[in-house]
Amino acid sequence: MKRKTFLKTLLGVATLAALPLAKVAHAEDPIIIGEINHYKRLAAFAEPYKKGIELRLKEVNAAGGVLGRPIEFVFRDDQGKPGEAIKIAEELMTSEGAVMLTGTILSNVGLAISSYAAEKGYVYLASEPLADALVWSAGNPYTFRLRASTYMQASMLAEAAAKTDAVKYATIAPNYAYGKDAVAAFKSALTKLRPDVEFVAEQWPAVFKIDAGAEVQALERAKPDAIYNVTFGPDLAKFVREGTDRGLFDGRNVYGLLSGEPEYIDPLGEEAPEGWTVTGYPWYDLDSGPEGEFVAAYQAEYDDHPRLGSLVGYMTVQSIVAALEKAGSTETEAIRAAFEDLQLATPMGEITYRSIDNQSTAGAYVGTTTVRDGRGVMVDWEYKDGADYLPSDEEVQALRPAE
Amino acid sequence: MEFFVAQVLTGLANASSLFLVACGLSLIFGVTRIVNFAHGSLYMIGAYTGYSLMQVLPGAVGFWGSILIAGLVVGLVGLLIEILVLRPVYRAPELFQLVATFGVILVIQDLALLIWGPEDLLGPRAPGLRGVVRIMGEPIPKYDIALLIITPFVAVALWYLITKTRLGVLVRAATQDREMVGALGVNQSWLFTGVFALGSALAGLGGALQLPKGGADLLMDFNILAPVFVVVVIGGMGSLPGAYLAAIIISVLNVFGVSYLPESTLVLMFVVMIVVLMIRPYGLFGREEVAGEHGQVGEPERPIKPASNTVRMVVAAGLVLLALLPLYGSHFSLVLITDVLIFCLFAASLHFLLGTGGLVSFGHAAYYGGGAYVAALLVTHVNSPMELAFLLAPVGAGLVALAIGWVCLRLTGVYFAMLTLAFAQLIWSLVFQWGDVTGGDDGLVNIWPAEWLKATTVYFYFTLVIAVSGILILRHVAHSPFGYALRAARDSERQAEATGIDTRKVRLLAFGFAGFMGGLAGALFVFSKGSVFPNELEIARSFDALIVVFLGGVKTLAGGVVGAGFFKGIEEVLIRFEYWRLLMGLLIIFVVIAAPDGVVGSLRKGLERVGLRKVEDQ
Repeated sequence: MKRKTFLKTLLGVATLAALPLAKVAHAEDPIIIGEINHYKRLAAFAEPYKKGIELRLKEVNAAGGVLGRPIEFVFRDDQGKPGEAIKIAEELMTSEGAVMLTGTILSNVGLAISSYAAEKGYVYLASEPLADALVWSAGNPYTFRLRASTYMQASMLAEAAAKTDAVKYATIAPNYAYGKDAVAAFKSALTKLRPDVEFVAEQWPAVFKIDAGAEVQALERAKPDAIYNVTFGPDLAKFVREGTDRGLFDGRNVYGLLSGEPEYIDPLGEEAPEGWTVTGYPWYDLDSGPEGEFVAAYQAEYDDHPRLGSLVGYMTVQSIVAALEKAGSTETEAIRAAFEDLQLATPMGEITYRSIDNQSTAGAYVGTTTVRDGRGVMVDWEYKDGADYLPSDEEVQALRPAE
Repeated sequence: MEFFVAQVLTGLANASSLFLVACGLSLIFGVTRIVNFAHGSLYMIGAYTGYSLMQVLPGAVGFWGSILIAGLVVGLVGLLIEILVLRPVYRAPELFQLVATFGVILVIQDLALLIWGPEDLLGPRAPGLRGVVRIMGEPIPKYDIALLIITPFVAVALWYLITKTRLGVLVRAATQDREMVGALGVNQSWLFTGVFALGSALAGLGGALQLPKGGADLLMDFNILAPVFVVVVIGGMGSLPGAYLAAIIISVLNVFGVSYLPESTLVLMFVVMIVVLMIRPYGLFGREEVAGEHGQVGEPERPIKPASNTVRMVVAAGLVLLALLPLYGSHFSLVLITDVLIFCLFAASLHFLLGTGGLVSFGHAAYYGGGAYVAALLVTHVNSPMELAFLLAPVGAGLVALAIGWVCLRLTGVYFAMLTLAFAQLIWSLVFQWGDVTGGDDGLVNIWPAEWLKATTVYFYFTLVIAVSGILILRHVAHSPFGYALRAARDSERQAEATGIDTRKVRLLAFGFAGFMGGLAGALFVFSKGSVFPNELEIARSFDALIVVFLGGVKTLAGGVVGAGFFKGIEEVLIRFEYWRLLMGLLIIFVVIAAPDGVVGSLRKGLERVGLRKVEDQ
């Protein structure tokens, strides 16, 4: 009956949306970058990342900004929903005056924005999502990715695993795309290095709904020599606790993808697993060079230690600033071209955005976990350059059907 | 054998928390008829409160004391929720309370984030219960043994309370016939409040008890919800022994599933639920519901009639304004209104089922997401042209709806609703799991409209035409002979049958038709976003539509559309604030209390009261 109300509402929303239209760019106006993330859904991950961004923004703007203009990020929350993220992307680019997009942690949201960006001709720097598809099977010219992908990090662990005598492997990974990719990448990389290995069990708990006791029993039953773990968050905590109690990890090599990142290992406190080979971020040992300077600057600014996300956020701003400077303009096509083969110095070292697949060569730290002062840390770690863990150019070209 | 025993023990230990939460929910439903979706949130508060208390109280006494106090605290929270939120809406149409509990979920989510912060909390160990005991050589954690002992103890205590005490007699009487209990002079309000508090306390206990096996995090409210509902439905809503048995069945089966079918964990419990409901339509220990679910509480529904000329003109003027939007609105406003229109069509299709058909579907996202996936799969796998995919999407969704409806229509009321939910979850897990075809949770991307539709303005007009026609058709069908038959079946099944209406067939057709329209909305969605992910099939998506339909007004024809437009619009504004879920939750609760007939219904009554609108003939 009262279609009136409905229409009034629609109009109200329309007026609201029309309001920010009045903005017109001037030379002294800031350059706007649209940042979309899951600030509510994954607050523990997104907040440190945002702090990393803000730290670098402060530094850049204090030094005069980019192209003579200050640079500003507009942060928006997508609730972890791909459809929502796309709407925000459109709003950022058309109403907020953003010159390019960045952000997201969840791979599916990253893929959604990437597809939208290619369709509409927006540059998108996928800072944190790990899915291989983002630069390979679903890759496109407008999407660039900063962080070392699932494939790269799994290959680093496979390299470490290949050096041991273990032949019987069991895997446990969350039952969704990231888990599947991570297991497939580890299997293929390890089998390439050691054709004699055998995978005796594959466990697939539903993400964040692990039945840890049952999973541990199932793994134990397969009697593997080594275990490859991809679970994270509350699942990891439950898995580690049940596994330790039931002696699953005794006398076995365990490999944990991302398990050494502060985001993952900090919540475990003194119950962090010991002796696992993991990829992660040992900020506590970084006290010199660019990596140490970043840690010191971050701690001075926030009175808190950096997580891996903080470093990624910091490097995101560095990458965008470098691209804008190289482009010399804020036009999409210029920025896109500038990202190809873009080289810059970061706290992790020199990285390059490869023109062949738009993946950066940022690497990861690989080390062994132990408990120190009541919390999990990595020891004997080493920084692995991402460039060494990517497939050959021919393989990459075959992986990118769009080009 | 050893392995088998160890597995059963693990399953039984897992059943412990599940049982406590589920029996609380079952108890609440049995007496108050409230489907309490905030039960997961109460469980979460229990875990967080228990965690905080354990940080302060030392030793074994402190540990177990913390669990008890956490239960009491959550009981108190439940008491407050019942008095402040639910009491004012007992007179509203049934299932309206469900929307209120949804508001509570949103409020609690943001409050928990405010109080305990975003980081996952690892639960403290139970003092003296670290490590394992060996049973037939298999390691069993000591805390599992403790849980194995505690659960039957709680179950027996509850059994005693229900069967041997005066309170129990009242509770049982209220479960059977609450009007009669009231007529006999029992204060119903306090009985309801007491039962709600008791059920909440049990949820809180469950949350605190699982701490040593896990911890507290902000996702646990929704994560426990699905298994708990499955347990309650399998056991029979309102039955405590049923909840106990079902919790054990689900937990033990799950443990074996993990070992023998590791990839089955997503679907297993829903398959079990469907099988049980096929054999026993009211769960293992449930009874057929006495009261109907729709139209029998509150005042009788008014007959519908075509819109008056004034309303028609207002709508036409509004449509013209919308059509002229590209002339005065920003580029982004087009995108925004496109989204709102799609959501309105989706809500209208659910409203048709709910309002006109009296069929409460909890799984409507299956058709919306289903339509989107049909289109996306056609484009991805057979390179079908966009136009063809767009036409086939609603057809596919309609067929899915017919198939699901064919099975579900054997049941009625809450069991029907739960079965639709289970099927929606099955479809979701199928899409989620079958990565090679559906892309799993990485979804299907690059699903763009044809060249001639690519421009934002053109797509906006396309959506405007399709969505408005869809809504008008849905409205028109309500006035058609088919719509009359459907309403007859809703209001009095026996009389309808007696006049020669094949109620089952009519309902099935309505199900397929609503699915078709939901699929149409899904098709519009997928081509506007260019991608689709399993979250379009999730429970949360179904509830988005449910909430707006109820808030808009189930008993008014425009309720779905108005609710969708109104709340989608408000969400767009609120979402810019940091604690927007808190605000949205409070708004929902406010509307539920202030406008128990929904926005449209209450507005109409208000206008009648002040004399601006003619009172319609009854």
